[in-house]
Amino acid sequence: MSSVNLARRGFLQVSAAIGGGLLVGFRWPEKGADAPLAGDFAPNAFVRIAPDGRVTVIINKAEMGQGPSTSLCQLLADELDADWSKVGFEFAPVDPVYAHPGFGIQMTGGSTSTFAMSLPMRKAGAAARALLVQAAGEKWKVPASECRTEKSFVIHDASKQRAAYGELADAAAKLTPPADVPLKDAKDFQLIGKPLKRLDTPAKVNGSAIFSMDVHVPGMLTALVAHVPVFGGKAKSIDSAAALAVPGVKQVVDVGSGVAVIASGFWAAKKGRAALKVEWDLGPNAGMSSAGMRADYKKLAEGPGKVARKDGDPEGALKSAAQVLDAEYELPFLAHAPMEPLNCVVDLRADSMEIWAGSQFQTVDHAAASAVAGLDPKSVKLHTTFLGGGFGRRANPVADYIVEAVKVAKAAKAPVKLIWTRDDDLRGGYYRPMWHSRIRAGLDSAGAIASWMHTIVGQSFIAGTAFEAFLVKDGIDGTSVEGSADTDYALPNLQVDLHTTKLGVPTLWWRSVGHSHTAFVVESFLDEVAHASKTDPLELRRKLLAGKPRNLGVLELAAAKAGWGKPLEKGRARGIAVHHSFESYVAAVAEVSLENGKLRVHKYTVAVDCGRVVNPDTIQAQIQGAVGFGLTATLYSAITLADGRVEQSNFHDYKLLRIQEMPAVEVHIVPSDEPSTGIGEPGVPPIAPALCNALFELTGKRIRHLPIREEDLHS
Amino acid sequence: MPIDVNVNGKKRTLDVDPSTPLLWVLRETLELTGTKFGCGAAQCGACTVHLDGHAVRSCVLPVSAAAGKNVTTIEVQGHAVVEALQKAWTQIDVPQCGYCQPGQIMSAAILLAETQAPTDKEIDACMSGNACRCATYVRIRSAIHDAAASLKGGAR
Repeated sequence: MSSVNLARRGFLQVSAAIGGGLLVGFRWPEKGADAPLAGDFAPNAFVRIAPDGRVTVIINKAEMGQGPSTSLCQLLADELDADWSKVGFEFAPVDPVYAHPGFGIQMTGGSTSTFAMSLPMRKAGAAARALLVQAAGEKWKVPASECRTEKSFVIHDASKQRAAYGELADAAAKLTPPADVPLKDAKDFQLIGKPLKRLDTPAKVNGSAIFSMDVHVPGMLTALVAHVPVFGGKAKSIDSAAALAVPGVKQVVDVGSGVAVIASGFWAAKKGRAALKVEWDLGPNAGMSSAGMRADYKKLAEGPGKVARKDGDPEGALKSAAQVLDAEYELPFLAHAPMEPLNCVVDLRADSMEIWAGSQFQTVDHAAASAVAGLDPKSVKLHTTFLGGGFGRRANPVADYIVEAVKVAKAAKAPVKLIWTRDDDLRGGYYRPMWHSRIRAGLDSAGAIASWMHTIVGQSFIAGTAFEAFLVKDGIDGTSVEGSADTDYALPNLQVDLHTTKLGVPTLWWRSVGHSHTAFVVESFLDEVAHASKTDPLELRRKLLAGKPRNLGVLELAAAKAGWGKPLEKGRARGIAVHHSFESYVAAVAEVSLENGKLRVHKYTVAVDCGRVVNPDTIQAQIQGAVGFGLTATLYSAITLADGRVEQSNFHDYKLLRIQEMPAVEVHIVPSDEPSTGIGEPGVPPIAPALCNALFELTGKRIRHLPIREEDLHS
Repeated sequence: MPIDVNVNGKKRTLDVDPSTPLLWVLRETLELTGTKFGCGAAQCGACTVHLDGHAVRSCVLPVSAAAGKNVTTIEVQGHAVVEALQKAWTQIDVPQCGYCQPGQIMSAAILLAETQAPTDKEIDACMSGNACRCATYVRIRSAIHDAAASLKGGAR
């Protein structure tokens, strides 16, 4: 989930400069990579109309629950004037035509799918419609301009003629696509903005939806890998005799990241892996521990890092402040833990390869797999399946599990499915980094903020990857400081600085990326300032966001709907947080109580402004999900290491929120004509601070670390 | 020795390692991939199926324990309660990524088979073993209430 705000900003600036809206990098597709069936009308890479009228929209985004397989169809089908009941979708093959218009590679992340694809999908639909109208005009010998379209029909009112799109498909396919076509006025939208039902739901409730875990290739074997227990280690010696003695086990092979056991099926592979004896060379990280890292981070945070932003004289203003608040905030490594553990199917032949993966990062995965196989990328096909959750884990610049699967396939000499068990998934790295913040505010004698200094300590998962050139500027990884260095609050004498650490723990973006830590720190600390200056937390935010209508819009809406300032049931308290990320604005009010010393989260009231709404039900669902995802991190999640080894292994020690802990969620959407922006990620950042701010109201105890500990709940 | 299991009303004779968890027999041998692997340790419920009318975590149940018994999976046809739940799930658009949903539905089916109009507390008690990383819980709860109401209307 590349947050890549810096890249996004560049993208917007370039777009604005050429007056082309969101068109930067978008080249009009001339062909889809998969040839359409004879008789189908495929005017561009994003849509196909069959003679029976079925409309197939080609989705270049990963469907991991966030809804692009419905919303992108809505965008295209609206301009096409298609009958929604005839619209279906399929996932795009890997082809430059399907690259992200802003980032130049085929990928899903940064909550940019609707943002980047709105215009291309609408244009693709409008172009197809224009050809169908032209075909009808020629058939009826009437001017195309006299024809109108409605629900997959072209209609000529004067001559009372109508033709279904399917009937016109063949003739339309022979016409040349127009260079440019006008798009609808928003007032004429039929599908955009409507809470249409998800197109992927029927397959997801009857078991027929195919995730890569479900792919079956004839003759396929299954592989499990005994991974090196410490990051950066390797196998020293392998005794495979007992593993090979397990019926069904075919082969044991060192693939670098561990030792693969290749077998007829999962159970044989699992038994084989259990029987395997490996002596490991644990490498340089065998002494790593979370406690040691935390101590190092704490020490680093005592001094300033590389300056990401500096306004005015923060040091001076802090020295002359009437009151100084000084706090440290600690956040752990987090695993993505998608419900579908990582897996990949590889069918490697002498001169070609097919791969099935729930990929968020097709261009990268495809290139890496081709390189490892030693094949021309043109002879490698990557099929994107449904993703059983992604949250950023299935977008890895080093394509870790894909590369591992191809290495296994090279040894297997047969189609093979690599499966990571839950232990592999939780212990396999690529975590949200561990973070440490020292944050200080100087208040003047009237209690107003006179200085604000934030020192951030943590790893960069961008440094050393192909993305470094775009995302690391002057030694600052923008994803480490986003949400703080680019704060929307009017904070005078502001400094945000960064210590980028190097550790042996592989890290990666995790739903909401840098905002997953900065929003917790900034929104919690702002609450500290509000209490220290005896200002209402809502009022303080209002003041600091003056002149920021979209931030204020969600803040006021959430506060009003939650009844901020109004009396609550005895024993309950509210907390508020607001955050701007991925070009969207979200404010959340949490309502909590303690029952017999146990936390109960009753309700979240959330207001969101993500520009023009494509599907309001998707927005509601994503916010509901973000509340649960955010609460899991707030209450439970931490990956810790001792002696270089990850201590967690399954859902008993890396807990997920369960249904009985799920609060009520009220979602309010601010109507907007601004471009459609992110919704998959922006709901997550305000969830933790809203909760901890509510708990402070209740207990008077400030929580400066996540996850919350038992003792945090008692005053 | 072959093991006979009745799966979704059809007798299947299986020649597999009897210690193999039922999950992998369903997924690999019978190619019924609607039942999902999530944790392998009965921690998440993605693999939930019915064994003689009880919800079981098929990832830890050896197939030998299903010998001679009836197994019902998400692929079952003509099961009134499962169908009512699938309909409610669709009307509310419960799934996001969708991976855990077959297990959620199979757990909910046991609840509705035993309790006509479950309260929120009863839903919690029955469904707490089914994790959803997308946190679709608000909608799962609504869909169970809706399915219960539709079954009360005579579909059961």
